[in-house]
Amino acid sequence: MAKATFLVPELTQYTEVPAVTPGAMAHSSPFVAKPDFQEPLGYPGELVDDWQNKAIDKMGELLGKYRSLRVYMDACVKCGACTDKCHYFLGTSDPKNMPVGRQDLMRKVYRRYFTVAGKLFPKLVGAEDFTKEVLDDWYSYFHQCSQCRRCSVFCPYGIDTAEISMAAREIMDCIGVGQKYCNEIIAKVYKVGNNLGLPGPALIDTLEGLEEDVYDETGVRVRYPIDQVGAEVLLVTPSADFFAEPHVDGLIGYGKMFHESGVTWTLSTQASEAANFGMFIGSYDNMRRISQRIREAAIKLKVKRIVFGECGHAWRVAYSFLNTLAGPWDFLDPRYPVPQHICEFTYDLIQQGKLTFDKSENDDKVMTFHDSCNVARASRMGDTPGGQFEIPRAIIRATCNHFYDMDEDTIRDRTFCCGGGGGLLTDDLMELRVKGAKPRMDALNNVIQEKGVTHMAAICAICKTQFSKVLPYYGMDMSQIISLHQLVGDAIVLTPDPEDADDDDSDDDDD
Amino acid sequence: MAFLTTFYAFLFYFAALVFVTGVLFKITQYARTPAPLKIPTTPAPTTTSGVVLRMTREVVLFESLFRGNKWTWIFGWMFHFGLLLVTLRHLRYFIEPVWFPIELVQPFGIYGGMAMIVGLTGLWARRFLVDRVRYISAPSDHLILALLVLIGVSGLLMKFVFHSDIVEIKAFFMGLYAYDFQPLPSDPLLLLHLFLVALLLIIFPYSKLLHAPGLFFSPTRNQADNPREVRHIAPWAQQLEQK
Repeated sequence: MAKATFLVPELTQYTEVPAVTPGAMAHSSPFVAKPDFQEPLGYPGELVDDWQNKAIDKMGELLGKYRSLRVYMDACVKCGACTDKCHYFLGTSDPKNMPVGRQDLMRKVYRRYFTVAGKLFPKLVGAEDFTKEVLDDWYSYFHQCSQCRRCSVFCPYGIDTAEISMAAREIMDCIGVGQKYCNEIIAKVYKVGNNLGLPGPALIDTLEGLEEDVYDETGVRVRYPIDQVGAEVLLVTPSADFFAEPHVDGLIGYGKMFHESGVTWTLSTQASEAANFGMFIGSYDNMRRISQRIREAAIKLKVKRIVFGECGHAWRVAYSFLNTLAGPWDFLDPRYPVPQHICEFTYDLIQQGKLTFDKSENDDKVMTFHDSCNVARASRMGDTPGGQFEIPRAIIRATCNHFYDMDEDTIRDRTFCCGGGGGLLTDDLMELRVKGAKPRMDALNNVIQEKGVTHMAAICAICKTQFSKVLPYYGMDMSQIISLHQLVGDAIVLTPDPEDADDDDSDDDDD
Repeated sequence: MAFLTTFYAFLFYFAALVFVTGVLFKITQYARTPAPLKIPTTPAPTTTSGVVLRMTREVVLFESLFRGNKWTWIFGWMFHFGLLLVTLRHLRYFIEPVWFPIELVQPFGIYGGMAMIVGLTGLWARRFLVDRVRYISAPSDHLILALLVLIGVSGLLMKFVFHSDIVEIKAFFMGLYAYDFQPLPSDPLLLLHLFLVALLLIIFPYSKLLHAPGLFFSPTRNQADNPREVRHIAPWAQQLEQK
């Protein structure tokens, strides 16, 4: 059981809406980025002179560039529909974690500097000067939003707090107040190629190790190729998949699935990261620059298709933005959507009857599925709306005998964020992460009690890391969170190559 | 008397001008601001006709709010639908001859007025009773509710208790079209009612009442979910590509 320096919430059968406790999370603030990690992203190293004017100018610029921000600043009527929807509010009871409470941190500044009413009657309409106190509040509470979009589902005008927290972070970056975790990671992507800073040789080494492990376990030579020019598919996956549990079991699963598909594939040392933290900090420029790596890798490796591994916000950027940021993709095979999700790829093979599963291999597990927020509310899989819910579940049903969904109010487009998304997956925000996970933990605990669920599958590296860390705080075991493709990998019946059986002591096959 | 008529005539010219130009300005501003990325809240329709259907459900039924909070939905929908009926009923003061559908709607307009008051009262009660909604309410939120309730109550009082000469009222408004000021009855309740309506028109483009045009421009609701099929790019983002 993990030790906490704060009060871990008690699980309840249904997540109850707490009474508001102003200031409950005012102390929560992530580490500020040092100049070294600001400058590679094109931001000033520390709080600039005249920051107030520069911030207001930047806000004006963003209001002119983003219709979402422009409309959402005006449209809120304070109806309250969003107030009990954010997992961070439900877990912390801090009213500035109510979506509208968070938006109002920016809205009061917007009203003061950009509206007639706020300039003339600030008190009447809740407008305020952009003071240092307000900036501190911004830094604290715009880093208590995981940009999961749950609020936007219930807002009568579709106001998406994610759009506002992204804009706020961009404004803060531009005056020199960046968040260490996100900006350090983006700098690492530029320097090394992935979030974890794993250099190419380390990746190659890891993948060779995986091939040996899988061969030892199954007697089948499953390949985990990297930088293989001319492969049909480029797989772009979160770098966590390369080494950490439970992520790596997912990667093993992808390899086995590709092995059975007969489709050649490759990873890339250059695009060795699916994640795109440029989105978290609301920076179009950085998001675009990170996306361009994938285009360059696809051209260099002469692939025909691009497939993304299990990662929530990466899939949002891939599905919704990649065509915008790094397209057009006219040099790829037009018969397939660009990009595809690994689940779409696996699901298609299952539909075509190309994969054989022995479901009893997963009989030691009773499964449930966590819809990752960015997949659920900001993307799609397959041809029809809602495919992002049906396809992963269809894969679980094809590979497992025991599957139960959690409470309807906590899945599909009403899913709760894991509590660690949106650039908050850092130890300096542990209290927030644990408390924000409560609504998901409540629902999970329910199916554990009522249906005997043992494991929860997810299709997001952040969700998996977050749950591994947070489950023990709630008296559960970190191994209860697994990759969806681990189920595929464990149940799949592999076809040995003719040579596999008789040449297990020679290592000289050259394919 | 002559002063009152002139004052109200110019008040309504001014209110109409502020309302129309203000709202047009905001609509133009919303329309001209690009939406650089595809951000529909999914699952979302994949076609334009699907988007029209989604938007219609939002505008007519308040679908998202229904999913979000049933009390707010009931009161909010009663108020807005009531307001629609009331507005339609009031069209008789502004057109001659009165269109047949407007004649039909007359009795329903009265019920609409009542529904409006009930809905507004419910919404206002939430601002006091629900701690979360109390926290987010600014003085302006209460004042706008007060304004709308007063408009509704003064209207209903004129209908049921203190009648005004509606023929003269109509003559006044029809006269405004031609800059021909006809005397406005000087009943205090009527003057209050009209003053508040003018005030509502004036604050509309400068307040949260902009949610009405805003909804139509909300990218999470008005975008089709087709980013892989159609490349979406804003003009300012296009310029980055030429660098």
